[in-house]
Amino acid sequence: MNTEVIKDMQSRLEKGRVAIAGLGGLGSNLAVMLARAGVGHLFLVDFDRVEESNLNRQQYFLPQVGKYKTDAICEVIQKINPHLTVHTQCITVTAENALPLFREYDVVCEAFDRPEAKAALVNCLLEYSRVKIVSASGMAGLGDMNRVKTTRPLARLYLCGDGTSEEKEGMFSPRVTACAAHQANAVLRILLGLESEKGV
Amino acid sequence: MLINGKQVALKEEKTLMDFLHEEGYSLSRIAVERNGRIVPKAEYGRVMLAKEDEIEIVSFVGGG
Repeated sequence: MNTEVIKDMQSRLEKGRVAIAGLGGLGSNLAVMLARAGVGHLFLVDFDRVEESNLNRQQYFLPQVGKYKTDAICEVIQKINPHLTVHTQCITVTAENALPLFREYDVVCEAFDRPEAKAALVNCLLEYSRVKIVSASGMAGLGDMNRVKTTRPLARLYLCGDGTSEEKEGMFSPRVTACAAHQANAVLRILLGLESEKGV
Repeated sequence: MLINGKQVALKEEKTLMDFLHEEGYSLSRIAVERNGRIVPKAEYGRVMLAKEDEIEIVSFVGGG
């Protein structure tokens, strides 16, 4: 790829506006990957604080235990790329506030853990907004990594994961991070216009 | 009708809600598109399925 093409890609990513709902195993990894890629405007939402049990898969560090995830992830991103515009909200996303929070973004990443919360956000954004959604379902346990993949079941919905492995199988870094990486790649492809009309 | 890309015979008149219950879907964990348009949850019980319908049902499992 020549330098002109790479410069053009970087400037398009700098203009990108991406929201992430949930800053756990998926969202924290996703935020770090998008920051490294130079996505210029990030909006990061979570209500929770960093716990010791998060450190097996989430992009936080031991001294950050007890901090709000929104604050902790900003500290991490600041060390990677201090030139990005990062906004956060420490809030629980509900069917009532999801639309005003997220409708102005190019892409919204669903990175919750509870299936009801995943479905509620996706339904709300599909019903009432025009945003593209990159969601995730099925990345628990230590099963076959090659089953974690990106699909596009609906025109505005990308879905990453294996679709079946549930939280009770335990959450481990490799598959959660792989799933977050699938989400990050889908986001970058959307921002750069690399998606095909119906495929991923 | 076509459900998630697979041909399914529609033997009797039924609503989307009836179909989802029969198939064992948990309504709070899914999103449904019918002929390219999202079906609002409140309409599941009113949407009558038709032979020519193309339905996509997306289910979510826990973990993140």
